[in-house]
Amino acid sequence: MTAADKPFDGPVLEVDDLRVSFPSEDGRVTAVRGLGYAVSPGEVLGIVGESGSGKSVSSLAVMGLLPDSARVTGSIRFQGRELLGLGDAELSRLRGRRVSMVFQDPLSALTPVYTVGDQIAEALLAHGRGRVSKQQAANRAVELLDLVGIPNARERAKAFPHEFSGGMRQRAVIAIAIANDPDLIIADEPTTALDVTVQAQVLEVLKTAQEVTGAGIVIITHDLGVVAGFADRLMVMYAGRAVETGQVDEVYTRPRMPYTLGLLGSIPRLDAAEKQPLVPIEGQPPSLTDLPPGCPFAPRCPMVVDACLTEEPPLSLVGAVGAGEEHRAACIRSADIAERDPAAAEVFGVATIGEPAIAAVPRAEREVVLSVEDLVKSFPVTKGTVFRRRVGEVRAVDGISFDIRAGETLGLVGESGCGKTTTLMEILGLDKLMGGRISVLGEPTDRLDKARRKAIRRDLQVVFQDPQASLDPRMPISDVLAEPMQVHGFSAARIAERVPALLDLVGLRREHGSRYPAEFSGGQRQRIGIARALALRPRLIVLDEPVSALDVSIQAGVINLLDELKAELGLSYLFVAHDLSVVRHIADRVAVMYLGKIVEIGEVDRVFAAPEHPYTQALLSAIPIPDPAKERVRERIILTGDLPSPADPPTGCRFHTRCFVYAAMPEDRRSVCVDTEPALNGSGDHSSACHFARSREVV
Amino acid sequence: MIGFLVRRLANYVVLCLVATFLAFALASTTFDPIAVLEQRNPPPPAAVLDAKREALRLDEPIPQRFLSWVGGVVHGDFGRTVTDRPVADELPRRAGVSLRLFLVGVVLGVVFGVILGVVSAIRQYKLSDYLATLFSFIILSTPVFVLGTLLKQPAQSFNELIGTNYLQTLGESTPGFDGSWFASLGDRLRYLIVPTATIALGQIAYYSRYQRSAMLDVLGSDFLRTAQAKGLTRRRALFKHGLRTALIPMATLFAFGFGLLITGGTFTERIFGWYGMGDWLVVGVATQDANIVATVTLFIAVLVLVSGWLSDVLYAALDPRVRV
Repeated sequence: MTAADKPFDGPVLEVDDLRVSFPSEDGRVTAVRGLGYAVSPGEVLGIVGESGSGKSVSSLAVMGLLPDSARVTGSIRFQGRELLGLGDAELSRLRGRRVSMVFQDPLSALTPVYTVGDQIAEALLAHGRGRVSKQQAANRAVELLDLVGIPNARERAKAFPHEFSGGMRQRAVIAIAIANDPDLIIADEPTTALDVTVQAQVLEVLKTAQEVTGAGIVIITHDLGVVAGFADRLMVMYAGRAVETGQVDEVYTRPRMPYTLGLLGSIPRLDAAEKQPLVPIEGQPPSLTDLPPGCPFAPRCPMVVDACLTEEPPLSLVGAVGAGEEHRAACIRSADIAERDPAAAEVFGVATIGEPAIAAVPRAEREVVLSVEDLVKSFPVTKGTVFRRRVGEVRAVDGISFDIRAGETLGLVGESGCGKTTTLMEILGLDKLMGGRISVLGEPTDRLDKARRKAIRRDLQVVFQDPQASLDPRMPISDVLAEPMQVHGFSAARIAERVPALLDLVGLRREHGSRYPAEFSGGQRQRIGIARALALRPRLIVLDEPVSALDVSIQAGVINLLDELKAELGLSYLFVAHDLSVVRHIADRVAVMYLGKIVEIGEVDRVFAAPEHPYTQALLSAIPIPDPAKERVRERIILTGDLPSPADPPTGCRFHTRCFVYAAMPEDRRSVCVDTEPALNGSGDHSSACHFARSREVV
Repeated sequence: MIGFLVRRLANYVVLCLVATFLAFALASTTFDPIAVLEQRNPPPPAAVLDAKREALRLDEPIPQRFLSWVGGVVHGDFGRTVTDRPVADELPRRAGVSLRLFLVGVVLGVVFGVILGVVSAIRQYKLSDYLATLFSFIILSTPVFVLGTLLKQPAQSFNELIGTNYLQTLGESTPGFDGSWFASLGDRLRYLIVPTATIALGQIAYYSRYQRSAMLDVLGSDFLRTAQAKGLTRRRALFKHGLRTALIPMATLFAFGFGLLITGGTFTERIFGWYGMGDWLVVGVATQDANIVATVTLFIAVLVLVSGWLSDVLYAALDPRVRV
């Protein structure tokens, strides 16, 4: 037994005054500035922060996996043993055995050329050379795969990573992490790249992993909902430092640092029946190359006073819940906040956004802006290179119908691969369809001549998901905004007048027109994308995951902007998203898609409050709510398995293979699900396609 | 997968025929062997010219000539040269000479190219990386005939240093050398070293650049981090997970690299007085001989396509994602 193997009854991990810096062209970037925290055995610490807050860098520092160019100082003690300064050989004896890590992107986390089983076995062999035989390791790998919920583990162990779905790969990575029964697991955004239903599965697996290993867990995320249900303690990071720490319940109910307060107010809530405006935190995180003195959050803080600008406040005690359970915040105004205990909206001063004038008109009397009837789109599956032959087809969209009325937002939701994007592309194509019919402003799109099609494009505009990729990096912003108008023959004088007006409209400054996209942050770029879509004064804007690439505090600003524009300009939106909380906040109606079909559609509050289709129920219940008290007692419907292949969808009701209602029913009653495809049925503005539709509260 | 490779091979037979036909047709339309004869002093009698025209079947249409040539090739007959000697007689010797040069060159090129590329990537922006980059670019921008001529210089200095003429730079073996099989191998080696170095250097430079960038891609990859997080040392993770994956793109390059090699080979053979296929092509053009040109083209086409096929096999062996 080596010294490190002795039982140690202090914290598993203690980090003290950790500083990490990297060289960059603009000087040294100090990504972590004096970070300190501790994790007790069996405890789950959630680290929350926006991109660039130093949360990932600090955990890579613990693992000793930072690039050579990083300069790391301070102290990292694992079970009392100092890790900083250890060589690669010594660290590699700890890594994977005592401390292990789960990474963000499961698609790239496994080596593509080795089988999954071999990669898990490798973790065992790396630490048990001589003691563990290859056969033993392979058998244990199968057991581990089984433990993390991979069905038919013995067979699947022989598969290569590309034969696994994202969720299964993340399970495999977790299996690697728990292979040697570690004392500490660091999970860096373990569910960010996954769909919500798969996220729920993976979080469940992580919980199991913790129960099995009894390890302390550090979970790094930007999703305050995930932390609420999973973590015991929370640490909020900003600009490379911890700005607030404490028990999860304590911090969520009594945030004492304006940033935490803003962060909690900026997320759209799935459980909020009433529409409350989101709290955007203005500005952006500071550049870490050359920080001014004072609190790094001061430039964005609504409660800033002069003293904030002179000295950076230390992380000081603001309250204690019990022995050793301290609540600390790094803010000189925390006492004020404690006294008033204000709501985020109050501190950050959010104006309520009015309803568009047209909302007063009953829906049935409003103009139909977009109507989609029985839309079908399939892609052929072909084989062979020289003699291409069709061997099947993927019905990406299989007969869906919906309409959007003036001044209305329809949210189109579903997991990846459900056909959302295909639907959107068919609408934007304004072209001949494989089946069904699309009408924009009452005009069917399949019989348009060139001139009419161009005219309709003025009324139908789009905002894309990735604000970076959708702007030409070599075009100044004013040209980006002018381009659609030039295409549609606006006069130069009119364009010159309209460009600054558009910048005003989306909350950018007029002088920004001469700058290039690279000079803007993600949120600002998305505003530019929105301004471009507005240039032609469209009636309908199609938004393809417009906020999913943005940090929460920035996301709130963009969502508020979309809300304002809708009220001001009477726009209609088709809002495609996978984040149901965002959809609940912004949409009037919602359509839930599963494998190319709409399974439930209706008024957003009715669908969210009383979902009828089991898939909608599962989807909603999978979304974590940023409220620890609610989140812990929530019953979660965990779907089994992954989305079936759209090339070979299940018969009857497409959802029956994963349906919990179907699974719980006796054989004779459920045959209808396998044989007959359910039609959309319902009353008022809420219908669902399920033979056994029954509303159930899940939020 | 086997079926796929067999089909590929069948496709390649067609490609070989097309390539050879194009070379044959091009050579036949532009070459005028009779004109070469007419230039002689004193000019040969008309009957001799007619007989020659008859023998070379210059009056037949080109496709017909090509078909009868292909018909001969199937039976091992590659036609006759302008000087009326069977092409097939000289083929094995010349092919052997070239293959000796090419194969050793390609093996050295791939092995050292990969090593240089990996070292360069791992030590990115360090002195050794800069030196490797400098070396590669100098070699890549130097034409082979310059490089070959330049290399004779250090070979000479080496000989002076050790006091004997160990490194030979002209011919492929000592004329009239007589000895055991082993001694003869040693003798040939003396002639092989400098020309092979000429060829291999270009290949090393070529492969090392691509290997470096493939390795750099892998160095930043998540799976390398996972491997280290598992408890592999950096070195072990680099070789077992990094290099293994970074070799995949090299498999496709292999096919292209071979084309480069053959171009270099032609010059190298001329410079060092090797009577191989590349030299033969030059001879064929000089004597206006369509049969030689077609034979050499077929030889090169087969080599290029075999190397292309090998890179398919290699790719499938390296990357489970493309196995179908």
